[in-house]
Amino acid sequence: MSAKQAPIFNEMMNGVDTRAAYQNLEQWYRSMPSELRSLKQSEAEDLFRRVGITFAVYGEGGDPERLIPFDMFPRVLTASEWRKLDRGIRQRAAALNAFLCDVYGRREIIRAGRIPEHLVTNNEAYEKAAIGFMPPGGVFSHIVGVDLVRTGPDQFYVLEDNCRTPSGVSYMLQNREIMMRMFPQLFMENRIAPVDGYAGLLKKTLGSVAPKKCQNEPNIVILTPGQFNSAYYEHSFLADLMGVELVEGQDLFVEGDFVWMKTTEGPKKVDVIYRRIDDSFLDPLCFRPDSMLGVPGLMNVYRSGGVTICSAPGAGVADDKAIYTYVPEMIRFYLGEEPVLENVPTWQCAKKDDCKYVLEHLPKLVVKEVHGSGGYGMLVGPKADKSTIEAFEAKIRAKPENYIAQPTLALSACPTFVEEGIAPRHVDLRPYCLVGEKIELVPGGLTRVALTEGSLVVNSSQGGGVKDTWVLAE
Amino acid sequence: MLSRTADHLYWMARYLERAETTGRLLEVGARNALLPDPSGGYRNDWEAVLQAKGTLEPFREKYGEPNQRNIETYMFFDADNPSSVLSCINAARENGRVVRTALTAPVWDALNGAYQELKQLQRIERSKLMTSELTDWTMRNCFLVKGCVQATQLRNDGYDFMGIGTAIERADNTARLIDVKYYVLLPSLSYVGSGLDQSQWALLLQSMTAQRAFNWTYTGEITAQKIAHLLILNRKFPRSLRSCVQWTCDHLDNIAENYQTGSRAQEAAHQLLDDLLNVTVDDIFDEGLHEFLGRFMARNAGLANTVQDVYLHGIPA
Repeated sequence: MSAKQAPIFNEMMNGVDTRAAYQNLEQWYRSMPSELRSLKQSEAEDLFRRVGITFAVYGEGGDPERLIPFDMFPRVLTASEWRKLDRGIRQRAAALNAFLCDVYGRREIIRAGRIPEHLVTNNEAYEKAAIGFMPPGGVFSHIVGVDLVRTGPDQFYVLEDNCRTPSGVSYMLQNREIMMRMFPQLFMENRIAPVDGYAGLLKKTLGSVAPKKCQNEPNIVILTPGQFNSAYYEHSFLADLMGVELVEGQDLFVEGDFVWMKTTEGPKKVDVIYRRIDDSFLDPLCFRPDSMLGVPGLMNVYRSGGVTICSAPGAGVADDKAIYTYVPEMIRFYLGEEPVLENVPTWQCAKKDDCKYVLEHLPKLVVKEVHGSGGYGMLVGPKADKSTIEAFEAKIRAKPENYIAQPTLALSACPTFVEEGIAPRHVDLRPYCLVGEKIELVPGGLTRVALTEGSLVVNSSQGGGVKDTWVLAE
Repeated sequence: MLSRTADHLYWMARYLERAETTGRLLEVGARNALLPDPSGGYRNDWEAVLQAKGTLEPFREKYGEPNQRNIETYMFFDADNPSSVLSCINAARENGRVVRTALTAPVWDALNGAYQELKQLQRIERSKLMTSELTDWTMRNCFLVKGCVQATQLRNDGYDFMGIGTAIERADNTARLIDVKYYVLLPSLSYVGSGLDQSQWALLLQSMTAQRAFNWTYTGEITAQKIAHLLILNRKFPRSLRSCVQWTCDHLDNIAENYQTGSRAQEAAHQLLDDLLNVTVDDIFDEGLHEFLGRFMARNAGLANTVQDVYLHGIPA
């Protein structure tokens, strides 16, 4: 493996020529007077704020309700580009779920020696309470968010998988909604595959994994930690789109073999819980006894088939950064196929040789904590100064199994509005794959963009923005 | 619907109504301060205004003697004052935000829009804001949200819980407003024809946007009996106690029909309504207006508690 820097792939430009997929957009941009642009930009922000599409940041002072910066320049994927992604993502979601069924069941993949046992059983996300339990439909992870980056015309890499409760899908939907409202003309000139079927598919997916004991139309709820959670807007938005109740732990209780919600007409049985709280908060009797967010006794009902929890407790073991390296292996093992999408080459510091290489090449690598997320606890070698690198080196030596390293990929860039017009900025992509009786995927996803010139960090908590993501219809 | 959802809708409506009442009081107080006082100088009714909201003492502790600027700030912008317009709008919006899924987009938009605008208003230098702008703003926004509720909300139980919140809060507010001025309505203390009672009565009517309603409804000279009748017993006047209790009953009836089962709350509301139907203005004055209002407020609050117990706390059956 080499960590050589490649030139940056610009998704709109091919040298001095504009790629076909972007030609209409370039025309649009060129014919837009700059006053109109700033007018539209503030209109968009106004819409976001009025609709209340904010994420909450508490404890930092200032306005707790923040807007994620919205960039109006759409990102475009052609039909053929999407076809490949679509195949690859579905394949991955299927393999990840097969893996979860296996590691909580017969553990064939471990017995076959394809994944080291300790990576699974010593993993914090490996949930003892889930061992030996097969959730309805054999699905553990019902919503799989696959984070992708692009480095060339045909080169996409999977950066990581999110098997627990990936967030951000509300932005995918609202970004489109706002673009259609502000620039209807664009949607007449370009044939753009719609994404608004997502909520219907999500509801269908959740309904398809109702427990056997559920005889009637399943009662689906979304379980939120509450209004102070940073993604509360998304929870309520999805509940609204699906027409299901948004509940907190305090609204639910266990009695007999079932979970009930407290309504103005008395208790009503709950069949499927799309939870947006972590495993450890689900049930104070089973996990953290101090959790106020969960429902005492929930896990008992779950294990006796009285309620389905989506994603299933324990699903997190599949999206761990150390397990990630083995996803291509899972695809071969369970599906007997070659992976459509490649992983980013990854060095595991837990392995002696890998660790040696990583420590020798730190200035060229990106180092991540195995269990970290949100872009925190990360070293971007080429952007770090000497003292930061030395500090990280010490951390890796102290606990090598805590770290993985990857080459700094030359992430693709998309045209993004800046002060002086447009400029290329690095982007990633997170499509949301739904797994129930069937695997469903709406054509699109959330494009996050690093708004600062040269920056590779797209996380909203660190100055990233979002874009509408177009998949052109065939 | 979830008990907690119903609870938030109920309180959203109550806070919105409370914001409106504070706005009305602010308007009346400011207007009154423009009138010359018979004993010289200008009138100062601010203390009465603060009393109506039960906030005179906390105000004194924070600001000292009431003067117009301080009172306006206190009643409109002060987050420490639980019944300031700001506090009420924020509380209404927070309750609404938690249960957005139970509100239509226009309702949420109006409520959230008011909240966002209020934040802008806070940044403007106080001396650049006329009191009338603040009170107009309050009325306009409260009406906008309520209008959106009327125009767009599904007539389900959520709508009824909002309606109950509005009706119970309004009944309480009207009773409070009358109670602060009850002495000017007492025949034994009336200064008939002195001019003072007339302007005090006018003030009371103004505080409920009821001057024109009064003139359209009653003929002959203005009397304390007629005013009391309008504000307490008249079914046509939308802020009268009778109207408010009637709505509470109507909404509870809807819920009972919806759920196909009656409730203690429904019974309590109908009892309160029956009592209002069987009383005359003379009876009220015989009992003592202040005593009557005190009794009414206590029963209205009791009704509110019963509604909470029966529907909003979600006690597992």
